[in-house]
Amino acid sequence: MDIKKYKNQTFIRDFKKNYELTFIALPALIYVIIFCYVPLYGLIIPFKDYKFDLGLLRSPWVGFKNFEYLFTSNQLYVITRNTIVMNLLFIVFTTIVSVVLALFLYEVGRKSVKIYQTTMFFPYFISWVVVSYIVIGFLDMEHGLLNTILKFSGNEAIMWYAQPKYWYVILVLVKVWKGLGFNILIFYSVLISIDPGYYESATIDGASKLKQALYISLPMLKHMITIMTILAIGSIFYSDFGLFYNVPLDQTMLYPVTDVIDTYVYRAVRRLGDFGMSSAAGLYQSTVGFVLVMVTNKIVKKIDSENALF
Amino acid sequence: MKNSQIATTIKKNFSMAYIHTLFILVSLACILPIMLIISISLSDEIDITSNGYSLIPRKLTLAAYKVVLSNSAQLKQSYLITMIVTILGSVLGTLLVTSLAYVISRKDYKYRNIISFLVFFTMLFNGGLVPSYILIAKWLHMRDTMFALFVPALFNAFYVLLMKGFLQSIPDSLYESAKLDGAKEMRILVQIAIPLAKPGVATIGLFFALQFWNDWFLCNFYTSDKKYLNLQNMLIRVLRFLEFLNSKEGRQMNQSAMQYPTFSARMATCILAAGPMLFVFPFFQRYFVKGLVLGSIKG
Repeated sequence: MDIKKYKNQTFIRDFKKNYELTFIALPALIYVIIFCYVPLYGLIIPFKDYKFDLGLLRSPWVGFKNFEYLFTSNQLYVITRNTIVMNLLFIVFTTIVSVVLALFLYEVGRKSVKIYQTTMFFPYFISWVVVSYIVIGFLDMEHGLLNTILKFSGNEAIMWYAQPKYWYVILVLVKVWKGLGFNILIFYSVLISIDPGYYESATIDGASKLKQALYISLPMLKHMITIMTILAIGSIFYSDFGLFYNVPLDQTMLYPVTDVIDTYVYRAVRRLGDFGMSSAAGLYQSTVGFVLVMVTNKIVKKIDSENALF
Repeated sequence: MKNSQIATTIKKNFSMAYIHTLFILVSLACILPIMLIISISLSDEIDITSNGYSLIPRKLTLAAYKVVLSNSAQLKQSYLITMIVTILGSVLGTLLVTSLAYVISRKDYKYRNIISFLVFFTMLFNGGLVPSYILIAKWLHMRDTMFALFVPALFNAFYVLLMKGFLQSIPDSLYESAKLDGAKEMRILVQIAIPLAKPGVATIGLFFALQFWNDWFLCNFYTSDKKYLNLQNMLIRVLRFLEFLNSKEGRQMNQSAMQYPTFSARMATCILAAGPMLFVFPFFQRYFVKGLVLGSIKG
């Protein structure tokens, strides 16, 4: 009895002390609850045959039927494969290109660094829609720059938007291009925080720049590279929606390579109004994504507990 | 001795030349594609039809721009919508993020850990598109309103993390002495914390602005009325519908007897919609860089 009373009094006292701050955070908290936690009810949508007019409570239960449809359709395999494969390609190539360029950028003088950073940041500021225009400029079947050059040199024009096989390269290229400024900056900021004394003593000892890069810079970067890579793997089930929806121009012929879980769910909701399969796919994505993040975070913790997400 | 020094310097200059060449090429690769669009927009339509796109226009003409600007009602509307949404969204978003980050950064706040967990858990697990759609369209009745264009995107746990990083460097003693002087929490936030964390606020504000200006998803997913078409979505529609306009049905609807310049007009619209952003945002690029560097070191 006494303890309960004491706890209540302490709670009230604490609350009085902290109510002002709570008040300040309140709008944000309300927002988070409404827009981030309420949608979690969506976990039950795949288990119902959701009808928009009936609403959530009155739509009938169908158990795992939606998941049956989803898992027996070939679509699921295709979109999962595309999501994972493309994300893996993105991780590998973005990391390699960014690290190498960051290493080179470190060698360049201050003024030049500013200029190059500015130019390399240009792609970061344009939207994927504008990027899709640029890609058309290159790949348009009749007038695109590439086909014009091909025809000029006596070769056949290629129907870029009808051949899925080229899009592994195209998408990776575009993704790396767009993120250049940003990604290089991340690794570059690690490099400039390294004590220049290391490099000076290495130069005195006669080490070449290449050796310095390999034995000083890279190990220092290894940390950041690991963190970035593992975090990226943790979100491997989520795609860069803007990229996959806009750049391939939603061409059906390219779906074997460009259709990912996000675009599939989007089409199902927006175009077909099919909440069953799309919510099942969404739950599938959220669940696997969650497990992956937890697992990869555990791994990050083992490597360097400071830099895990939590 | 002297010779080897000369040799090293020559070697160094060679390697620097290589590196600079590399970066010049990379920079060109970043700028030229944008030049391509500008060039196409300034090219003559007939020349395009017979010879294709080129990096430098073979026949300079402003025809495409004239056509697009004479029919610019939708362009103006989209600009208006995009500007309103960007300003509203950035201001509100920055307010939400900053207030929350400030409260979490205060070590003497009792509920700090619970709230941190609540906020950062959202980064791990989200309900997905379907429940969001149902929430916003059905329950909040925001479908086909301007609110759908920015309200769903006002919060970002990652930005909270960044902002918290900026705020953490403010010493607790400042807060304590302010409280001793009898200041209320709100006042401390506004008069002490925010001025000290100005680069952070600016960075988050810029991130939000960029996000809202470039957003195409919210408009596409939640609205269908033309009046809410923001710039990016206008571009998407232009891309898919301009083909229709140049077809037989389209020409019948079009009053003018002149041929509607399809290809160059597409690109002209793109430049008119995206051009200003290309000039404005690089200007703020230094703040991005500063903010990211500071934030990533602390976060």
